[in-house]
Amino acid sequence: MGTTASQLRKDLLSEYQELTFLTKQEILLAHKRFSELLSKEDRNLTRVPMEKVLSLTELKSNPFRKRICHVFSTSDMKDGSLTFEDFLDLLSAFSDSATLEIKSHYAFRIFDFDDDGTLDGGDLEKLVNCLTGETDDTRLTPEEMRQLISNILEESDIDKDGTVNLSEFQHVISRSPDFVSSFKIVL
Amino acid sequence: MESDSVFYTDRLGAPRNPLLDQLPSYQSLLYRRKPSASGSTKRRGSSRTRVGSSNSGKWGQTTVARQHEEKLRTQTIQRPVRELPKSMAEKRRDKDQRLEQAKDLSSWRQWRQSTRRTLRRLKEDGFEMLSNLELWRGDIHVIEGMFGTGILSYFSFLRFLVLLNIVMFLLMFGFVMLPIITAPHASGNTTFNHVDGSECRNYPSTSRHGLVVFHQHITDLLSGTGFLEQTYLFYGYYKVEAIHFPKFTYNLPLAYLLVTIAYLFLSLIWIVKRSATGFKRNLVQDEDRFQSFCNKIFAGWDFCIVNENAARLKRSSLLYELKTDLEEERIKQKIADRTRKEKCRIYVIRLILNLFVITVLAACFYSIYIATNFSQKAQMTKVNFILDLIYEYLPSIVITLANFITPLIFSLIIQYEDYSPAFEIRFTLMRCVFMRLTSICVLLVSLWGQITSCQEGDCVCGYNHVLYPEIYKLMIFDFISLFSLSLWTRKLIVNYCDCGLAKWWGQQEFAIPQNVLDIVYGQTICWIGTFYCPLLPAICTIKYFIIFYIKKVTLVNNCRPTTRPFRASSSNFFFLAVLLIGLALACVPVTISIAQISCSQACGPFVNYTTSWEVLPRAVSQLPAGVRTFLLAISSEAFAVSFFVITCLAMFYVIALAGAHKRVINQLREQLVMDGRDKRFLIQKLCQAQRTCAVRFPGSGSQSHSSDRVSPSYRSNSGVFLVHPPPDSATHV
Repeated sequence: MGTTASQLRKDLLSEYQELTFLTKQEILLAHKRFSELLSKEDRNLTRVPMEKVLSLTELKSNPFRKRICHVFSTSDMKDGSLTFEDFLDLLSAFSDSATLEIKSHYAFRIFDFDDDGTLDGGDLEKLVNCLTGETDDTRLTPEEMRQLISNILEESDIDKDGTVNLSEFQHVISRSPDFVSSFKIVL
Repeated sequence: MESDSVFYTDRLGAPRNPLLDQLPSYQSLLYRRKPSASGSTKRRGSSRTRVGSSNSGKWGQTTVARQHEEKLRTQTIQRPVRELPKSMAEKRRDKDQRLEQAKDLSSWRQWRQSTRRTLRRLKEDGFEMLSNLELWRGDIHVIEGMFGTGILSYFSFLRFLVLLNIVMFLLMFGFVMLPIITAPHASGNTTFNHVDGSECRNYPSTSRHGLVVFHQHITDLLSGTGFLEQTYLFYGYYKVEAIHFPKFTYNLPLAYLLVTIAYLFLSLIWIVKRSATGFKRNLVQDEDRFQSFCNKIFAGWDFCIVNENAARLKRSSLLYELKTDLEEERIKQKIADRTRKEKCRIYVIRLILNLFVITVLAACFYSIYIATNFSQKAQMTKVNFILDLIYEYLPSIVITLANFITPLIFSLIIQYEDYSPAFEIRFTLMRCVFMRLTSICVLLVSLWGQITSCQEGDCVCGYNHVLYPEIYKLMIFDFISLFSLSLWTRKLIVNYCDCGLAKWWGQQEFAIPQNVLDIVYGQTICWIGTFYCPLLPAICTIKYFIIFYIKKVTLVNNCRPTTRPFRASSSNFFFLAVLLIGLALACVPVTISIAQISCSQACGPFVNYTTSWEVLPRAVSQLPAGVRTFLLAISSEAFAVSFFVITCLAMFYVIALAGAHKRVINQLREQLVMDGRDKRFLIQKLCQAQRTCAVRFPGSGSQSHSSDRVSPSYRSNSGVFLVHPPPDSATHV
C-alpha cells in the first residue's frame, strides 16, 4: 500500500487532542492503522465497512466486537461502519485516561444487545454467552444461567424492577475494582 | 427505545403515559444522566435545540420541558467536552457553542480559560513523556495482550520490586559509599577505627598459586567470604570512623545506621501506599460479598487481549470461574444443611489433617536446623572443592527443597478437608506463605543458637560474621534454582526424557501465587542482608531483571497460563500483603543485630561502640542543646504513651463513622426500593383510571381537561383525570 496517502492536519490533530482522551502519538498511530484498513480502490471512502474494522488485531478476538462497532457507528444505515472520527471516539473511550463514567456509559450500551436502554434478562443471557463461548459445550446449563442471572439482578437491581438501568449499572461499576483495568484497548 | 423502564408497570409494553415525562425526577435524570437510552436519536446528530448537551430529542417537545432543561443547565457545572459520551461531531458542536458563549464573557475569564487549557495540555504532554520512560512498557503490553490482566499483575509487581531495590541501592550508595569514594578527591581526611590490615576472619595461609588461587576465588565468590570481604560487598570493609571534609565531619557509622532504618521505613511506606486502594476495596468487598458476580460478568472480559488462543483460554477460565462460584453457592447451601454427625466427622478429619500439616512443617524446620548446624561445623574443615560447596549450600538446598515439596503436599491434603473452593485456595496459599517465611526464621534462629553456644574457643564471633555469608549464599542459590527450574532445563527435560514425571512437570502452568512467593522470599532475604552487605540491593535488582526476561520467555514460549483465574485487583492486594509480612519478618534480625553487643574480634563501622545502636545516642549528645532536648522529649515514654492513646482514639472514631455510613446506606437503599414500588403502584392506578375513563367517555380522550394541576391523586369513579396537562401547569414542584 505504500505510504499513507494523507497526513493529519495540525489543527485537526490539536482539535482531536482536545475532544478525546488520546495523546498526539496515539492519534497519529490510530490514523496510520485506520488508513491501512482502506484498500486502494475505496481510497475516497470516508467510512470503513464493519468487516474491515473487525479485521483489526485488537478487535479480532473480542466477543463484543460487533456490538462495539454498532455502538460507535454514526452511520445512518446502522451497518456498523466507522469513520475516522468514530474510530477515535472508540479509542478514546477505551483509553487509559478515560473517566470511569465514560467507560461505564459505553459499556452499558455495548452490553445492551437489544438497544432498549436497559439490561434485562435476555441481554444478560446473551452477555454471559458471549463471555463463555458460543458453542454448546462452553455454555452454562439453563439451571446455572437462571441462578446466575438472578444473582446478578439481586446484586445490581436496586429498585427491583427486574432490569438494570444505566444508573444502577454505573453504581455497580463504580464499586467494581477490575473494570477500569479490563475495559481498555491500546493500539 | 427511549424510556426508563422503571416507569413500566409490566414489560409487555404498557402504553407510556406522557405524564411520566414531566415528573421532576425524570426531568432531572434526563440531564444528569448522560443519554444512553436515546442511542439512535442522539447519534444521528440531531440538533434540535441550541442547548447542546441536553437530551431533548423526543421528549422535550413541550415548552415546559425546555424551560426546565434550561434552568437545570445553568445550574450544573460545565464539564470538559471530551468527558461527554457523544460522537465527535456533536462534541465539536458543543465546543463551538461553548466558545461562542465564552465570547460573551469578560476578557479576564477568557484569558483564564485559555491559560487553563494550555496548562492542561502541557501537563498531558509531560505525563506522556514520563510514561514513555516507564520500564518494560512494551514487554508488559505484549504480555497483557496475550494473557490478560491477571498475569500482568505479577509482572508489574516485579517491576515495582525492581524500582524499590534501585531506590534502596541509591540510598546506600549515596550516603555510605559515595563519601568513602569521594573522600580522597574532595580532600577529605578519613580516620579509621581499626588497625589497618587486620582481617575479620582468619584464613589458613595458602602458599600455592595459579590455578588454585583461581579455584579459591570461585569458592569465595560462591560462599561470600575470602576476597569478597575486602570489597564494598561486606560491611566489615567499612572501617571508617569519620570523614573530615573541609567544612564538616561526616559521621559514617551514624549514616550507616540511619540509612538502614530509612530504607526499611521507605519500603514500608511505599508498600502501604501502593496497597491502600486495594485494601479499601477489599474491605468494602468483604462485607458486601454481593459484588462478586457483577464484577465477574460486567468487568470479566479483558478487552486488551489480542491473541486468539488467549481469548479462548480467557473464555474457558471465565466459564470455570462462573461454574465454580455457582457451585460454591450450592455447596454453601449444602454445608448449612449438614447434619450434626457429618459435622463431627468433618471436624475430626480436619483436625487430623492439620496435625499432619504441623508435623510436616516441624519436620522441615528441624531438618533446616540440623542442616545449618552441620554446615557450620563442616565449614571448619575443608575436604575438597565440591563437597565443601555442598556443605556450605546445605541450608539453602534444604530450604529450597522444602519450599518445593510442601505446596504439593498441601494442595493434596486440602482436597480431603472439604472446604469451599475459594477458601481452599486461600488456605493453601496461607500455609505456603507461612512455610516460606518461617523457614528463614528457623535459619536465623539456628544461626543465633550457634553464636551463643560457642562464646570461647574456635568459633567465629559475632552474629554478622555468620549471618552475612549465609544470606549471600541463600540469594545466590535462590537465583540459580529459579533459573534452572524455569526455563531451558524444563524444556530440555520434557523433550528428551520421556518419563511420566518429566511430562507432568513440563506441562505445569504458570502458577502465579507460587511465583510471587518466590520473589517475595528473595526480597525478604535482600532486606535482611542489606545491613551486612550494602551492595545486595544492586545484586537483587540485576537478579529481578534477569528473572523478568526469563519468565517472559518461559510464558511466551512453552507455558500455558493458569486455567484457574486470578483477579487482577485482589491479586495486587495479596502480593503486597505477603510482601508486608516479609518486611515485618526482615525487621526482626536487623533489629537484633543493631542491638547486639559486639565482641572484640568484630569489624565494621560499629567497632568502637558496644552496640550498633549506641551511635545514635552518642551523636545526639553532640547536637546543640535545643535540638537535643526536643529529641529527648520525643523519645520519652510520656510522649510515646500519649501518641499511642491519640492514635487509638482516632482509629475508633473512624471505625464508628464507617459503621454509621453503612447503616445510612442500607436505609437509603430500602427507601429507594419502597419509593420505586410506590411510583409503580400510583402509575398503575393512573393507567387504570385513564382506561376506565376512556371506556366511559370515548370521545374526550385527546382534549386537555380541567385546569387542575397534575395530580396523581386518584378518585375512583369520579372520572377526573388528566391525559395532557396544560402547558402552564406547574411540573416544577
